[in-house]
Amino acid sequence: MKDWRFWFAEQRGTLMAIAIFVVMFIIYSSNHPAGFNANVVQTASNKGVLLAFVAMAQALVVITAGIDLSVGMIFTLTNCLASWIVVGSPIQAFFGVVGVLLVGALCGAINGAIVIYGRLQPIVTTIATGAVFYGIALAIRPNPGGSVDETLADFFTGRFFGFMPASLLTLAAVVLVVWVPFSRSVTGRAAYAVGSSEPAAYMSGVNIRRAKFAAYTLSGLLAGIGGLFLTFFTYTGEAAYASGNAYTLYSIAAVVLGGVSLFGGKGSAIGAIFGAMAFRTIGDLLFVFDFDPLWQPLFQGVVLLLAVSIGAFGLFRIRNRLDWFG
Amino acid sequence: MNALAERLPAFMRRMDPAVVTAFACILLLLFLGSFYSSNFLSPEYLLQQLKVASFLGIIATGMMLVILLGQIDLSLPWVVSVGAMMSSAVAGFGDVGAVIAIPFGIFCGVLIGLVNGVGVAYLRIPSMIMTLATNAVAQGLMVVYTGGFSPQDSASPAARYLATGFIIPTVPNSVLCWLAVGAAAVFLMTRTTFGRSIYGIGNRERAAYLSGINTRRVVMIVFAISGGLAAFGGVLLAGYASKAAQSMGDAYLLPAIAAVVLGGTSILGGRGSYLGTVAGVMLITLLQSILSVMQMPEFGRQIVYGVVIILMLLLYGRERLQR
Repeated sequence: MKDWRFWFAEQRGTLMAIAIFVVMFIIYSSNHPAGFNANVVQTASNKGVLLAFVAMAQALVVITAGIDLSVGMIFTLTNCLASWIVVGSPIQAFFGVVGVLLVGALCGAINGAIVIYGRLQPIVTTIATGAVFYGIALAIRPNPGGSVDETLADFFTGRFFGFMPASLLTLAAVVLVVWVPFSRSVTGRAAYAVGSSEPAAYMSGVNIRRAKFAAYTLSGLLAGIGGLFLTFFTYTGEAAYASGNAYTLYSIAAVVLGGVSLFGGKGSAIGAIFGAMAFRTIGDLLFVFDFDPLWQPLFQGVVLLLAVSIGAFGLFRIRNRLDWFG
Repeated sequence: MNALAERLPAFMRRMDPAVVTAFACILLLLFLGSFYSSNFLSPEYLLQQLKVASFLGIIATGMMLVILLGQIDLSLPWVVSVGAMMSSAVAGFGDVGAVIAIPFGIFCGVLIGLVNGVGVAYLRIPSMIMTLATNAVAQGLMVVYTGGFSPQDSASPAARYLATGFIIPTVPNSVLCWLAVGAAAVFLMTRTTFGRSIYGIGNRERAAYLSGINTRRVVMIVFAISGGLAAFGGVLLAGYASKAAQSMGDAYLLPAIAAVVLGGTSILGGRGSYLGTVAGVMLITLLQSILSVMQMPEFGRQIVYGVVIILMLLLYGRERLQR
């Protein structure tokens, strides 16, 4: 096989996600009553970026064959924290932002430490830590409220050069600063290796613990960035259980749509981003077609069901029945 | 350690350390609680706790079967709600409705479970994402269904009787329901080929398939059972609260998984006993009850809840070091 075919095979999931997103977005924007303009793009990107950050966080953990059911709660916790400490003079606000990101990373690191050194299953661990994170969020914000530095918030939710949404640029910057170096580093490759086969990775002398720990910590950091952005959009913090849970569930859906295998070792955070954008666009399609919003949850569910069923077509390629069982 | 183990009577040696630890923790909780208030050891309080535990117990039974397969059922929250809402709605249709209310609620749950099962077993979709999708669809269906007009949401008399009545004096009916479901589950798991093949599939589906088990059918049926039990739990919950509400199932997903796992069932499948799940259910219920009796604020309850689960799992739920 030629080099580009290897590349294509590796990136197939990501490319599929991009294709789904582009098609959905064209349908969306061409039917939007306001047409395709900077405002529509800005609103869509501001909505999509939140889920994109959480989906990236989820993707990092899923690549190591784990799952993080606490991302939504880290997102909620950092949202509440940001509405409390990102205020005051520019210096104070700056340290507030740093503090929020550190707390996000710390939450991820706690998950990682329990999974690695406690040797507990990621799914149970993160369910339990999710409850703890939500409890802390509730302690910070028993009632919705708080405030955030408005200059900063407007800067990150506005537009550059009149057409480029700042949130989208920030997302791109985060990808460049966090994901690209990580995925190209030895630790990043090790994370993929651990996801494909942990025993094989161990036998090849890969530093499993460092890879997993890095993945979980960065995942917490990304969820923290998401929470920070939520605060920028809403100007408040709210410890909402339902919304935290919904973000966790949607992040898994976005990751799957984005071509990241739940069995680990396959896919990329870029795919997860486009999966998230596609998922958001699908949800918004109903509005531009002027349906009753009542139908939105059902529509989103059916699309999700269809999207995951597409994966079943791979069964036709299987020659040996034993391969059904992975 | 080995020398000590050999001196114990045979029945104690065979016991799972996880189950023993879980029961020990229940006693510890009751002991600590009795310091706070002497009511904790009164029969009335314990029976009341057993009644509350029975709803979680029935729901966790289905979850346990699925986890034994090495899968997970995240559609539980809305299956619980569907069971409750559908049975209450049917109860509005006269005498016939009142009679078929409970079976119809369970039937809806089984249907959702079947969809899960077909997706997981035949289409080979990872159960986590498949059940997530059916959960979203079930939620969407209920939102559309209740949005257009308001159907009857008060529970049928039969459901109320099952949840709050007494056939045997002082023993609530819901506890009897749990007893029946539990007995059936134990029989299924330990005395039938079907049950043994659940354990077999949980250990290694490929090996189970090679030894002639129709693994896909078993997986599908187990998901259907799980859906049915979740819906039955929902029916009882509606009877208990005498009303069906949209998000009534949300509070049951995490406790159900936690109860099963705290009871020593491996989340990877293939290992676990029903006695452990019973212990896990009681443990979770007692913990929640004690925290609310102590009037701990909600945030503290969440934190303690999460920390206790982690600590208990660190005590006995750790995997072997793969070296």
